[in-house]
Amino acid sequence: MKYSGAEIIIKLLEIHGIKIVEGIPGGANLPLYNALYKSGIRHILARHEQGAGFMAQGMARSTGLPAVCFATSGPGATNLITAIADAKLDSVPVIAITGQVSSSLIGTDAFQEVDTYGMTIPITKHNFLVKKAEELLSVIPESFRLAASGRPGPVLIDVPKDVQLEKIEVSEWPSVLAVDKPPAPDDKVVREAAMAINASERPVLYIGGGAISAGAGPLISDLALKASIPVSSTLMGIGALASGHPLYAGMIGMHARRKTNEMFREADLIIALGVRFDDRATGKVDEFCPRARIIHVDIDGAELNKNKRVDISVISGLAEFLNDILPLIERNDRREWIDKNFGVCDETPEPGNVEPGYFGPKRLLNLIARYLPGDAIITTDVGQHQMWTAQYYPVKIPRTLLTSSGLGTMGFGMPAAIGAALAYPERTVAAICGDGSILMNIQELAVISEERLNVKVIIFNNGHLGLVRQQQELFYGKNYIASGFSCRPDFCLIARGFGIKSYDLGSADDPEGELEKALAEPGPCVINAPIMGSMNVYPMVVPGGGNHEMIGGEGNAD
Amino acid sequence: MQTKNAKTMEGIVIELEVNNHAGVMSHVAGLFSRRGFNLEGILCGSIGDGSKSRMYLLVRDDEKLEQIIKQLRKLYDVVSVSVRRDYDLALYSRIHEDNKGTKNFT
Repeated sequence: MKYSGAEIIIKLLEIHGIKIVEGIPGGANLPLYNALYKSGIRHILARHEQGAGFMAQGMARSTGLPAVCFATSGPGATNLITAIADAKLDSVPVIAITGQVSSSLIGTDAFQEVDTYGMTIPITKHNFLVKKAEELLSVIPESFRLAASGRPGPVLIDVPKDVQLEKIEVSEWPSVLAVDKPPAPDDKVVREAAMAINASERPVLYIGGGAISAGAGPLISDLALKASIPVSSTLMGIGALASGHPLYAGMIGMHARRKTNEMFREADLIIALGVRFDDRATGKVDEFCPRARIIHVDIDGAELNKNKRVDISVISGLAEFLNDILPLIERNDRREWIDKNFGVCDETPEPGNVEPGYFGPKRLLNLIARYLPGDAIITTDVGQHQMWTAQYYPVKIPRTLLTSSGLGTMGFGMPAAIGAALAYPERTVAAICGDGSILMNIQELAVISEERLNVKVIIFNNGHLGLVRQQQELFYGKNYIASGFSCRPDFCLIARGFGIKSYDLGSADDPEGELEKALAEPGPCVINAPIMGSMNVYPMVVPGGGNHEMIGGEGNAD
Repeated sequence: MQTKNAKTMEGIVIELEVNNHAGVMSHVAGLFSRRGFNLEGILCGSIGDGSKSRMYLLVRDDEKLEQIIKQLRKLYDVVSVSVRRDYDLALYSRIHEDNKGTKNFT
């Protein structure tokens, strides 16, 4: 039977188990949408391609499986770029399929023509420009394999309109390609690492997004408990170990607790698992862990010795490494080290004084955690509310905190929450947003409304680009420029404009009760929560400084 | 003319075998600019039946080399990567003369 390129793409997406695709149609991908018309795949019409990309990310981050988004050529593709770059930096398996002008027009500066292929080389794991419909039979299965294998990442497939329309005979459909088996570690290196751990007096586990990707949380917990090793996580690794785990010491880095960063400074051995020694985690990298030997395990060999020279480097899947090393690890209670009590203590105060009529960020996050079901998925935008969430929200399950870490993209939270809600319609999803960030993709409220998704959008409203204001206060002589909003939109009114229920905790008689009611009610809502504009995230490492050079949060030392 | 072009080349050669299609050069060159690596010269030609090409990248022999090699290995269309310290670099400086061959265009 003869199929067009567009029909082949849709058929192959079905074969790969894709049930939902987010995107926006346009001239150069209309054949693809015409083929989708006849398919059982559900299409979610985003209102901006960046939103579509983040919805696909929300699905991929919450499930761990590749998710697909569509965009047309030209502005469709360029609008998608931020979401793809975001997926690259956080290793998220997203497959973007873009329409391109017909082959004969490529290079002529045709209407809505841009070099999508060229522009996405540095922000994808790999990309394809498809020249013939026949190539789709290998490119699509290969893209799924690539996106999910090894260190996951985004793949872009650019398909000219004539290739979407080209009809070819397909007698047999290709099958799904198996994801590459993660590499196993070298025995000798495992023994060397085990010896280093057994000999260490003050070891620390430093875990990241790789721990989530590998599903290695339970094995990390086994190692930590057997050998009494405190664990600290990067922003990407939060949830690998449940908050409240006896050896969990919280997040590392720029907004870590003082005690957590001091733990790294005192350590004599760092066991780095699925991390990349990012500057927000390590601070000034030369001053990171000055007394420690370092074991670094990663599935991506290029991360080893990239930012920091280490003593023992292991190219391996984390589960493979941990399964191999666990039998070689001696039980050890490391009393002296563990008695320093690095665990997260719940008694930490608010980061500043809270005046009546405002929520303290810590109290607000504790209330949200109390009123949401245990399996709720949290997404965030980028800024102060994101760091407060990382500091105070008790994340208990892997893949229930979705946040733009590497690229730090404002506007991520709400569309990512849509994706998570599409992947898990039976669960509650809360998008924790800032009043700055929410405006960057607020158009996607239309999707929440149309699909009646169980998404609670909670806006931490402080009238500022808060983290910018904070840096201006602390490091730029309080020269506040371009960080305060004189227009303070009525988000509750905006929500109602989209047909979504809203709650203003600022004007409620019983804000706490109002929050409880809003979170308990099924279906979407927008919640506006007033936060003081002067509230900062503490403690904070001086940008460019070592992690021991922290400002504020002295009260948080315990 | 000759004196300027004949300056001695320094560095080492990274030899790549790559799938021969239009995007490969962009991926390799893009990697160098994206990661801030220096690239002093490129020679490239197809091999065998034309489905593969071999590229010779002239780079500085410095602390970035290890990371360059690792990143090149990650490229989808790069089949193999090897470092050649024994190659004659004179070709890179002679390239303008050699290209003209025996015909004298100037």
